[in-house]
Amino acid sequence: MNRYFPFFPPEASTTARGVDGLYFFMLTVCGLTTLLVAVLVIVFAVRYHEKQHPHAAHIEGHAALEVFWMVIPFGIFMVMFGWGARLYFTQNRPPNNAIKITVVGKQWMWKIQHAEGQREINALHVPVNQPVELSLISEDVIHDFAVPAFRLKMDVLPGRYRTTWFQATQTGTFHLFCDQYCGTQHSKMIGEIIVMEPDAYRKWMSTSLTMGSPAFEGQRLFQGLSCISCHRADSGARGPSLSGLYGQPVHLADGTTVTADENYIRESILYPNAKIVAGFQPIMPTFLGQLNEEQVLDLVNYIKSLAPQEQTQPYSNRTTPPAGPRPMETKTYPQ
Amino acid sequence: MSTLTAQPLSPQPLAPELPANHYLNESHGLKSWLLTTDHKRIALLYMASITLMFAIGGIFAMLMRLELLTPPADLVSDDTYNKLFTMHGIIMVWFFLIPSIPTTLGNFLVPMMIGAKDLAFPKLNLMSWYLFNIGAVVTIYAILSGGVDGGWTFYTPLSTGYLNSHVVAAATGIFIAGFSSILTGLNFIVTTHRMRAPGMTWKRLPLFMWSNYATSVILVLATPVLAITLALVAVERLLHFGIFNPALGGDPVLFQHLFWFYSHPAVYIMILPAMGVISELISTFSRKRPFGYAYIAGSSIAIAAFGFVVWAHHMFVAGISVYAALVFSLMSYAVSLPSAVKVFNWTATLYKGSISYRTPLLYALGFLGLFTVGGMTGLFLAALGLDVHIHDTYFVVAHFHYIMVGGTIMAYLGGIHYWWPKISGRMYPEVWGRLSALLIFVGFNLTFFPQFILGYLGMPRRYHAYPPEFQVWHVLSTAGASILGVGYLLPLIYLTWSYKNSPVAGPNPWGASGLEWQTQSPPITHNFVTTPIVTREAYDYTGIPAPALAVRSEEEASTYVS
Repeated sequence: MNRYFPFFPPEASTTARGVDGLYFFMLTVCGLTTLLVAVLVIVFAVRYHEKQHPHAAHIEGHAALEVFWMVIPFGIFMVMFGWGARLYFTQNRPPNNAIKITVVGKQWMWKIQHAEGQREINALHVPVNQPVELSLISEDVIHDFAVPAFRLKMDVLPGRYRTTWFQATQTGTFHLFCDQYCGTQHSKMIGEIIVMEPDAYRKWMSTSLTMGSPAFEGQRLFQGLSCISCHRADSGARGPSLSGLYGQPVHLADGTTVTADENYIRESILYPNAKIVAGFQPIMPTFLGQLNEEQVLDLVNYIKSLAPQEQTQPYSNRTTPPAGPRPMETKTYPQ
Repeated sequence: MSTLTAQPLSPQPLAPELPANHYLNESHGLKSWLLTTDHKRIALLYMASITLMFAIGGIFAMLMRLELLTPPADLVSDDTYNKLFTMHGIIMVWFFLIPSIPTTLGNFLVPMMIGAKDLAFPKLNLMSWYLFNIGAVVTIYAILSGGVDGGWTFYTPLSTGYLNSHVVAAATGIFIAGFSSILTGLNFIVTTHRMRAPGMTWKRLPLFMWSNYATSVILVLATPVLAITLALVAVERLLHFGIFNPALGGDPVLFQHLFWFYSHPAVYIMILPAMGVISELISTFSRKRPFGYAYIAGSSIAIAAFGFVVWAHHMFVAGISVYAALVFSLMSYAVSLPSAVKVFNWTATLYKGSISYRTPLLYALGFLGLFTVGGMTGLFLAALGLDVHIHDTYFVVAHFHYIMVGGTIMAYLGGIHYWWPKISGRMYPEVWGRLSALLIFVGFNLTFFPQFILGYLGMPRRYHAYPPEFQVWHVLSTAGASILGVGYLLPLIYLTWSYKNSPVAGPNPWGASGLEWQTQSPPITHNFVTTPIVTREAYDYTGIPAPALAVRSEEEASTYVS
């Protein structure tokens, strides 16, 4: 029956069960209420038909009854509200031990990059039973990364990183949709989430064609764009040192303080004059239009990877070398 | 002055005749219509305009349903499909649903229900009809010159930087039509405050007036925000000012805040007048004062007020903060409470009434069913964690069609049938009326109920092609849409036919209590011979005889169609 008349999508993530639980609770409550109203309407319509009941009674109303049917629904609504809010907080708080994957949406494809450099288009391979954190950004219009089997959905905005997560609970291939209308081929901006056993996933990772890791690529850009000539650790540098910057408070020239998160770093690359670090001159040129979103992501990842005072060390000395083949001259994508 | 309302009319003669002079035969010729300031004639002009727009929007819908019959894209190209759903939305929202009840039944009834000769500003009323038509013509120009895609929601930066279709023309059409909304709302507010007949206190206002008043406040307050938002879209698109597009330094989420600040209250512009109609129909056909009059009236005002603080529930996955989402979820539950109160009060009104199953009541009961399902599924969408899954899927599509189409059109057609004797002076064929109500109810549920299931399965909105496992529900939906189409077509045919051929109705064929039934059908241009003095409470049926007209029994009803 389910094959021909499917009612529910696969329940394939840790949040899916919670969402379905609320769904069934609401179906029950709302179904019973609708039934109650329908039965009352039908009973009244039959019982008080003009033939049986030619003279209507005069009834103004009933204050206690009004209070009753305001208070009871309100109580039920608050249960729905609280339950929904709790799920939402879970959906918006990635666990700390998650694998990090970046997603770039553009008309009309999903470009995905793994932390170790594997890149895919319109497909995402992940291991089962392991939290996965997605960092999403769009290169053009608003898209929406939706995986019904995981009860996962998030608008992917241009100009801003957003974060969501999931933990798959069963292996298999699941739909990936773009759920926000994004132009002519919106309905072709689809893909697959392939959930694999850990062994199969490791094998896939080691055999997939890769670039260097995003941080490695970022380091190449950092040197190629001569960022290093200003952003040095010594006292005479024209730009602030980026060592250990990520996650730290930054004091700005206007006296305010911001936290150096991904969005701040991105903004400082593309709109360098938006926030000037205290003690420095607004002399940095913009890289708007010179870097695509993936390159910006690479730079952000490189800057995130810089431990305090480690900036001048070559990247290859770090403890986690990029997996897979070393960088290629031109970017090509598997599939 | 007469004391019309103090003394209920005596039982009507069995075969009433059309009055010699009324607003339809007062003057003749195209000019007498195009330059009229009579609120009743303007109501009919609006009815013609919005019926035409409904037909255009409906054809777009049927083409979409045909395309969706099979999973692959086969009937139309992707660009054509995208234009179809965009233009279906634009036309149905701004050129049918928003004007539907206020400009037709509202225009016709507001002065009559309060015992006035016309609206406060009759010329402004005519001007708003012209503005509406100019807006409609500009929008139709956008369609004929190649169409527009991007969805009726105009989300940025897609609409401002990435579309090659006629975005600015369509937005200009909506912008112009918006002024028609504002003027109509203004006219109703002033009329309700200043034009009530002696004795027509606020507590004696029919519930239709209360909901129409609440609607007018929204029209006046919310529509300018839409106008500003669309103007900003045009400015960014034409002049490349960075407002919404991040590549130009703008913020795309800002657009959504502005757009939904209008477009969420716009849903209440559609449903509040419908609720007013339903209160009238249920009261008349159970011959009983609505249960909890003050609560129904108050809930209209509460909906209008709360309706302004729920807009971001359209944006739970769009990039607002978790805590903002929390507030908007809570407010969304708050706004659903007065709607629930209305449903319970309408149900209680039937209790110990004297109920006759006339066509308008069947429409009203159909409304009750569809509105309850639509409202309940709104609770699902207001639950944050659940909305993440069903947002932007067919679940949303089904939900808002249940409210905006199921609810509003059921009430609109129910109201048209109920006041048709007043508008035209004649009855309509009862059997056909009941059949149309039934067809629309069945067709509607078959069209849109499967879409709830599709939505939970994950079928995204605005998809031209879809995975094959979703097909069965799409087939049911398309089948339902064809029944629904027939259901909508029927009243157009038999009401037109009845205008010449049906029995004459007489002033008060339903034994209703409202002031509009205390004057002849069709009324004279100034509605009442002398200004009525109101001495009775609203919905006081004492002394008003039950309907004497012939359509009471099935046998007699069948004679009208044979």
